[in-house]
Formats: sequence, C-alpha cells, structure tokens
Amino acid sequence: MADTPKIRLRDVHKRFGPKTVLDGVDLDVGRAESMVIIGGSGSGKSVTLKCILGLIHPDKGAIEIDGQPTVDLAAREREQVNARIGMLFQGSALFDSLKVWENVAFGLVQGRGISRADAKPVAIQTLGQVGLGPEVGELNPAELSGGMQKRVALARAIAAKPEIIFFDEPTTGLDPIMADVINDLIVACVRRLGATAVSITHDLASARKIADRIAMIYKGRIIWQGSVKEIDNSGNPYVDQFIHGRAEGPIKMDVFRP
Amino acid sequence: MNPLAPIGRVILTFLQAVGAISGFAFQAIRHLVTPPWYFGLIGRQMMSIGYFSLPVVGLTALFTGMVLALQIYEGSSRFNAESTVAAIVVVGLTRELGPVLAGLMLAGRVGAAIAAEVGTMRVTEQIDALTTLSTNPFKYLVVPRVLAGTVTLPALVLVADIIGVFGGYLVSTQKLGFNPATYLQNTVDYLETNDVVSGLVKAGVFGFIVALMGCYHGYHSKGGAQGVGRATTNAVVSASILILIANYFVTEAFFGTK
Repeated sequence: MADTPKIRLRDVHKRFGPKTVLDGVDLDVGRAESMVIIGGSGSGKSVTLKCILGLIHPDKGAIEIDGQPTVDLAAREREQVNARIGMLFQGSALFDSLKVWENVAFGLVQGRGISRADAKPVAIQTLGQVGLGPEVGELNPAELSGGMQKRVALARAIAAKPEIIFFDEPTTGLDPIMADVINDLIVACVRRLGATAVSITHDLASARKIADRIAMIYKGRIIWQGSVKEIDNSGNPYVDQFIHGRAEGPIKMDVFRP
Repeated sequence: MNPLAPIGRVILTFLQAVGAISGFAFQAIRHLVTPPWYFGLIGRQMMSIGYFSLPVVGLTALFTGMVLALQIYEGSSRFNAESTVAAIVVVGLTRELGPVLAGLMLAGRVGAAIAAEVGTMRVTEQIDALTTLSTNPFKYLVVPRVLAGTVTLPALVLVADIIGVFGGYLVSTQKLGFNPATYLQNTVDYLETNDVVSGLVKAGVFGFIVALMGCYHGYHSKGGAQGVGRATTNAVVSASILILIANYFVTEAFFGTK
C-alpha cells in the first residue's frame, strides 16, 4: 500500500456534446505531494479537478483516492470522501448569506455535525492562520476585498483539516503582491496539515512556488510532468511555449484576424 | 429539410423538459422525506416566502374582493339578484380567486427570488462548494424552499380569503347599501367546508409549483448574469402556466363529478 498514490487517474475521458474536453487523462499524485496542473484556457484543467471531486461524472476511465475507486460512489459515500477534501474555488464561492466565520465553520457544522458554539472558535483560529483577525469573522463576504475573500476561502478549505486540498486558479484576479501572499499561505497551510494538494493554474510564478511536481495538460491529455526544477529544461516544445508565453509554437490559438 | 422537423424538435424539447422537471420534483420529494432536515433553514424560508408575502397577497385579496362585489352587484342587478353578491364573493374568493391570485403573486415575488438566488449560487460555484463541504445541495437549498412554499401558501390563502371577503363586505355595506348583518349571514350561509378545503389544497399545490420552478430553473442556470436572468423569467412564466393548468385539474378533482 506504501506505493499507492493518494490520487490516481487512468484514461479519464469527458465530452460535452461534440467537444472532447478530457481525452484520456493519466495522473498520479503522491501522498503529501503538491501537484500543479498547468495549461491554457479550455485545456481541461477545471474539468479534471471537478471529475476528481465528483462534481462531473467522467464518461470513461478510473479515478481512485487511496486506492479506492470514486467514480460511481453513492451520494452518502461521496459525502464521506468529500469530508476528507478541501477546495478553494477560483471565485472563492463564499456563501453570501452567511457571515465570514459561518463560511469557515460550514464544513465543521454541516459536514461533521459539530455545534456552532464549538465550531466558531475553530473558525476564528483558522482565520488567524490566514492572517485575518476575529473582527473579520463577523463581516459578510460582500464587505471583503478580493484578496481577503481568497483568504477566507482558503480558511474554509483547511478548517476541517482535510487530507487533500484542491486549489482552482488560486491567484487569478489578484495583484502580484496579494498573489504571492496567497501562494505563501497555501504552502504554509499544506505543509502544516501534511496534506496532498492539487492546484490548477496558468500563473507560472504561482506554480513554481507551490508545486513539488508540475503536469501540463493540453487538449485533454497530460503531455508532460516532472519536478519544478525540470520544467525549464523539459525538452517539450508545448511546455516551452507555455512557460515562455510565446504566441508562436505548436500550441495554436483560435484568433480571428480580420 | 423535412418540414416536420421543427415540430418534432419542439415536441422533443417539451418532453425533455417535462422529464427533467419530473425527475427534479421526484428528487425533491425523496429528499423531503429523508433526513437530515435543516429546520433552521425551513423556518427562515417560511418567514421569507410566507410572512413577507403577506402584504402583497393581502392587498391583492382586498381589492379583488372589493372589485368582485362591485362587478357582481352590477351584473346581478340586471336580473334583480343583488342578494347573491355575498355568496358569489365568498365562493369565488375561497374556491378560485384567493388561491390562484395568491399563487400568481407568489410566482412573481418568491419564484423569481428563489431562481435568482439559487441561480447566482450556481454560476458562482456556491452549489459546487456545498457539495465539496459534504452538504447535499438538494437538502440544503431545494427542500427548505419547496416545503416552505407548500406549507405557507395555504396559510396565506386562508388570510387572503378573510381579507378578500372583508373587501367585498366593505364595498357592499359602505357603497352599495347592503345591511351588514344580512351580508355576513349570507356569507356564512352559502359557504361550505369544501369551498375552503379545495382552495387550501390548490394553494398547497401552487406553493409546491412556485418553489419547485424557482429551484429547478435556478439550479440549472448557466452563463453568468444573463443565465440567471433567463432562469428568473423561466421560473415565473413556467410557474404561472403550471398554476393555471393545475388549477383546472384540482377543480376537476373536487367539483368535476357534481
């Protein structure tokens, strides 16, 4: 069992109508490893993540967590699996009808049945871990800046001490300094929990900072994977074009030229 | 192109929608009868759907009762049958106008609000966030709203019936010269239990339809603000049409064989 990866994807396919989004994704993520999946818009990053989370059902292929298949789980079993997972959404996805501390405590109260009175100190403590004071807990999400909302979303993702954390474009829409703050917080939180982390991003600075390993997805397939150190000498023309942000290369963008 | 193709497409789309809505309704009922139940949320929705709709439903009922008295007096005076005003006002309101108008007002006020709220949660990934936090979105979002709609509309209609009859009484006694005691006696004499019960059953059905349509269209909205706007419109239109259709069948069930 020591060699069983925490997360394993084999030949995962997904189509939406005529469009093939995932075309046989194979990926292993080791225990306590931080894997970053990079790729352009529409390459299948988010769909891969949502397939692992059970938000989207793949058409074909196997997904395992701790060696256990998760694709066709019943709702109750899926809830048990998700109880071990935390997720930071691209747009934070905070519940605007709840206060900040209630958002952070949500997984504890609803998912684990802890009372609100017991969950509140944990939520306040978790907010402290992402650099937010207790007074922020009493605010509504709409009263926070984008960077603060991201921190709250991070606090919500880690509050229940998950074994696996997913980060969907964690630095999108943030200024470079706040993006670096979020990256540092992600690294610190993942290390503190000893969690397995899977992030998707097209922010190379973020990928270099939070990843142990990087995988590149293109047209629904993992076309390269290796350590952070290897990415600059990958020998893969697709990876080279992507990390240098060149318009010319094997990756062609559909651009209308009048 | 086959000239029958567009007709076939419309029929297929219609059947697809009927199937999808039936499946959604079945799921809602299944989750309604199985734990866990979020009693706090159910109470909050009852306040939002029932209590806060009281002014708009009450005003509608008041003026409908007043207009009904005027119209019936004017029409019945042609046959020297002015004494039927009280009976027709109370029977018309309790059997038809009370539940139907309250249902339509609720579709506009509550159906739209539910679709907008749930739709916004869908497009901002808050519903996905619920799933990742081990919370079933059906139990958390759909069940409280559907249950609150089904339970509170009959209560609203009961109040609306009383206010509507009072409106008719007001016009009849203050403007049309009816004796107050005789008017009230006629109202009581002509009202049967079945008139009220059929109206309340209709209200329960309409409340279920309004909340279900709001949840269904919100839950399946996509495409950002435009998608939420479309969901809101569809929720109000489909709920209104279904209320009118269901009204016939419930009326047929209660009074069709007489």
